[in-house]
Amino acid sequence: MKFPNAQATVYNDTVVRQFAIMTVVWGVVGMLVGVIIAAQLAWPELNLGISFLSYGRLRPLHTNAVIFAFGGCGLFATAYYVVQRTCQVRLFSDKLAAFTFWGWQLVILAAALSLPLGYTQGKEYAELEWPIDILITLVWVSFAVVFFGTVGTRKVRHIYVANWFFGAFIIAVAILHLVNSAAIPAGAMKSYSAYAGVQDAMVQWWYGHNAVGFFLTAGFLGMMYYFIPKQAGRPVYSYRLSIVHFWALIFTYMWAGPHHLHYTALPDWTQSVGMVFSLVLLAPSWGGMINGIMTLSGAWHKLRDDPILRFLIVSLSFYGMSTFEGPMMSIKTVNALSHYTDWTVGHVHSGALGWVGLVTMGSMYYLIPRLFGRKQMYSMKAVEIHFWTATIGIVIYIAAMWIAGVMQGLMWRAVNADGTLTYTFVESVKATYPFYVLRLAGGLLYLSGMLIMLWNVLKTATAGRATTVNIPAVAAHA
Amino acid sequence: MDILYLLIPLSVVLVFFILGGLWWAIYRGQFEDIEAEGERILKND
Repeated sequence: MKFPNAQATVYNDTVVRQFAIMTVVWGVVGMLVGVIIAAQLAWPELNLGISFLSYGRLRPLHTNAVIFAFGGCGLFATAYYVVQRTCQVRLFSDKLAAFTFWGWQLVILAAALSLPLGYTQGKEYAELEWPIDILITLVWVSFAVVFFGTVGTRKVRHIYVANWFFGAFIIAVAILHLVNSAAIPAGAMKSYSAYAGVQDAMVQWWYGHNAVGFFLTAGFLGMMYYFIPKQAGRPVYSYRLSIVHFWALIFTYMWAGPHHLHYTALPDWTQSVGMVFSLVLLAPSWGGMINGIMTLSGAWHKLRDDPILRFLIVSLSFYGMSTFEGPMMSIKTVNALSHYTDWTVGHVHSGALGWVGLVTMGSMYYLIPRLFGRKQMYSMKAVEIHFWTATIGIVIYIAAMWIAGVMQGLMWRAVNADGTLTYTFVESVKATYPFYVLRLAGGLLYLSGMLIMLWNVLKTATAGRATTVNIPAVAAHA
Repeated sequence: MDILYLLIPLSVVLVFFILGGLWWAIYRGQFEDIEAEGERILKND
């Protein structure tokens, strides 16, 4: 009880507000870049002959912006909000929390400048050069100190399940980042990976897939386990199952990565290990999905008139879909068809737009009015419209990519009777054109929903005012 | 595949670390009266 945060009578919502607003801002930016590069795939002239706007430089900007800026800010906001509410104590350190906000924005800014300029480590989802990597490390360690410090000084004995997910996400991302970004600097913005060849590929996809597992899954599951019960006004369907979900997921996740390297120089047995672990993951993933959706058991009517709940529940159905599709695609014979095609891109976006995007938007629609002392968003009609534009956009996007991907896979493997290839590569590119245009249409819809959200959030924030919320007197056994 | 000499021991260490966490949670009473904990978050902010 010596810690100053344990004596505080109000929550630290300032940092939550900052991260929540930036989640929406970076969402618009990241998705806009996505729409631009989708258009470039259909009409390559759109790079205008300017190197800074070329696909190869904007694509990592898009992925970094949506994953680490939009998703990252959403995770910071919700982790800080949820850990304070469920532990009934103020954040461990206001100064460190403020540092995580400004430091993280600086990382994003550095990414937005260095990636179009062509500075890259060449590792997917870990493109940022070593000086930025060091800043990420400092911010992340501070995040861990604030988060675990808050859990450690909690006034409620039980640690709510969402905090376990957030905690695992923070620790795992720290380890992944440190191992994968190990590099020898060779100049201010140039470095060489500490690993070479297939070793480097293995580390990269060990990182890459665990980033999906811990950044894009565990963290957002933390969000799901708090905001769905809160918005539905009912406890999670089975709290016991949520505990099993957590431990099963983190025990089995770490070795799914090799499925990104099927039929490469990676030893065959390592590929098979990756496939088996990927298949095993179906069980905890679906357990969690069913648990979240069944929270509405007996109260399904709430879905009819609550668009926020619809965001959250539909996000779970996309989580279920992509955690079924993923293990299937990791099977080597399926992967022989799907790998390097746009099917993978469709799969990723069913997870990113459907699961990560919708669960974040739903959580922000719950969070933002409360952070500005309002009962609900400025316009619930706009939330409703956002829901439909986003959902229709996702469906168009992933359907186009499924068809394109399977078509590409079949064209590439088609062989004539004399053993020659039936199609040249460029024929498959040409055949994909209509699907690239369709994908752009889906992306445009999704982006327009995000613009509606930005307007609605700004209206809510300006109509309300930043509030301070009192920590309730300790009711629970401390 | 020298890299496996790093990644596999790292996984083993992590599994022990996770086991430690599970052990702590069970024996420090985190899972007693478990369904009531799910309802607590609805009661107060």
